[in-house]
Amino acid sequence: MSDVLVVGAGPAGLAAARAARDRGASVTLLDAADELGGQYWRHLPPSRPAAEERRLHHGWATFTALRETLESDPGCAIVTGAQVWAIEAPDAEGGPLAVHVLVGPPDGTDRAGRTYRPGSVVLATGAHDRTLPFPGWDLPGVFTAGAAQAFAKGERVAVGERVVVAGAGPFLLPVAASLATTGARVLGVFEASRALGLLRGWLPRPWRLARAAKKGGELAGYAWGHVRNRIPYSLGHAVIAAHGTEHVEAVTVARVDADWRPIPGSERRIAADAVCVSHGFTPRLELPIAAGCAITPDRFVVVDSAQRTSVAGVFAAGEITSIGGVDAALAEGRLAGHCAAGGSPRDPEVRGAVRRRATFADFSVRIEAAHGIRPGWTSWLDDDTLVCRCEEVPYGRLRATAETTCASGIRSAKLTTRAGLGICQARICGRTVEELIDRAAGATSDAPSGRPPLDGATTDRRPIAVPIRLGELAEGALPD
Amino acid sequence: MTARIVRGSADPIRPGGAEPLEISLDGTRIGGLRGQTIAGVVLASGRLAWRRTSSDGRPRGLFCGIGVCYDCIVTVNGERDVRACQRRAGDGDVVESQYDELPEAGA
Repeated sequence: MSDVLVVGAGPAGLAAARAARDRGASVTLLDAADELGGQYWRHLPPSRPAAEERRLHHGWATFTALRETLESDPGCAIVTGAQVWAIEAPDAEGGPLAVHVLVGPPDGTDRAGRTYRPGSVVLATGAHDRTLPFPGWDLPGVFTAGAAQAFAKGERVAVGERVVVAGAGPFLLPVAASLATTGARVLGVFEASRALGLLRGWLPRPWRLARAAKKGGELAGYAWGHVRNRIPYSLGHAVIAAHGTEHVEAVTVARVDADWRPIPGSERRIAADAVCVSHGFTPRLELPIAAGCAITPDRFVVVDSAQRTSVAGVFAAGEITSIGGVDAALAEGRLAGHCAAGGSPRDPEVRGAVRRRATFADFSVRIEAAHGIRPGWTSWLDDDTLVCRCEEVPYGRLRATAETTCASGIRSAKLTTRAGLGICQARICGRTVEELIDRAAGATSDAPSGRPPLDGATTDRRPIAVPIRLGELAEGALPD
Repeated sequence: MTARIVRGSADPIRPGGAEPLEISLDGTRIGGLRGQTIAGVVLASGRLAWRRTSSDGRPRGLFCGIGVCYDCIVTVNGERDVRACQRRAGDGDVVESQYDELPEAGA
């Protein structure tokens, strides 16, 4: 019997675990949280039951069915509070993959170290918000859109009373809808993409969209919720500054052009006590990178039709392979789990998943085309706008350092400015730092922009995948 | 008004009972519900910031809410650098805000 380790219990990981069990594999399912569901199905803890919790979710019945099946299945070991902190690729002699885990309360000092050496592993680590910097974004009261969503769904906490939602992408809609269920007043949703860009991104080959009608229904549901809650939705607008001393008191919203440059004279100030901002998602790539998986030029995990990565025995599913939404993640997860347990994508029992994957694969392309980050956002920045929040590195210093040192690469820029070297391991600022260094280099050379980072280094290589305590390393994080 | 917890009677999801708990933050007692994170309890009390940055002494609190940014770290019952958005509050938890001064250059 094969054994499959699944990392991440969001939609992709749950579907993978279920499919691997359907083929008779012995499954271990890990998640760092103490509840299943990932960020998408983040929910209230068992100590706070609610009769109508499903109203906060899409596909809630899918989630509860997966959870019940896996929890009642003795062939599936579910380990929550399980933080994977390192993964070792198979060695040249074909030695097994090793996955190192700490199990216990988040950031606890006495977590137990475990090492798994599974026959195959499915990585389903998901993604987190990418929030571009703007003046004042480090003020308390500025949140990622994901934070507003997590606290609305997971705790029934409204992050503010008068709330602005801004950024880019379809995710802004469910966030605004969740905020509305908390009774917060959503003053507006400001989407940086303009109508023409949205049409160009979403409209080509509309028959494919029709095939994804279920998803269309989900988005239509959000739109309907907006009408019902009377939340203004503005295209071609961005929050370009947050104001306040100890916390957010107001934001400046401006109209932006197709490149997201603010249109002079269009600025207006809106009093708000919270602003929730997301400009897309960053896939969590540290484990696939550490395992040696090939990464695409646009920074996702390369997978084949069986969701196999370039490393033997390592499969990937969900947002780390493309930002395609929950339906794509479920289909990919099912295929990954099935194939990790020895199946083939040609098997009749996964025919539906293959079809759904094809239907929803298109979404990631459409989302990127319609809502992808445009270069004009850097005109929001002042010299003293923090780029790296952890190490408090302002834009002016980063740019000046990059220019005076001719920005020979990400590594040297990080070492001279400390940008990206803080406790978040560049998860928040990494992509932004890469882009700014690259542009500063472009300003001092003829090199075209948009090429890979100068020294081939990227900020998402993290051999130690999460911060852990030295004591844990010393005292048995590595048990053998 | 700022952040707050949704009143059960006004919540469309019809919550059942929830058990209260109490933590302290820098000596101030704050009430919450079992199952909330430390960040959730503190945020719902109306307090947005509970850390000062090392370099500029700026206030920080919750930012990413999903354990990625580490802006919200606190000391819990003597354990430093715990992400308040990830750790569930325990009744009686003693939470201290963190301000880590930079070491003196050349010291």
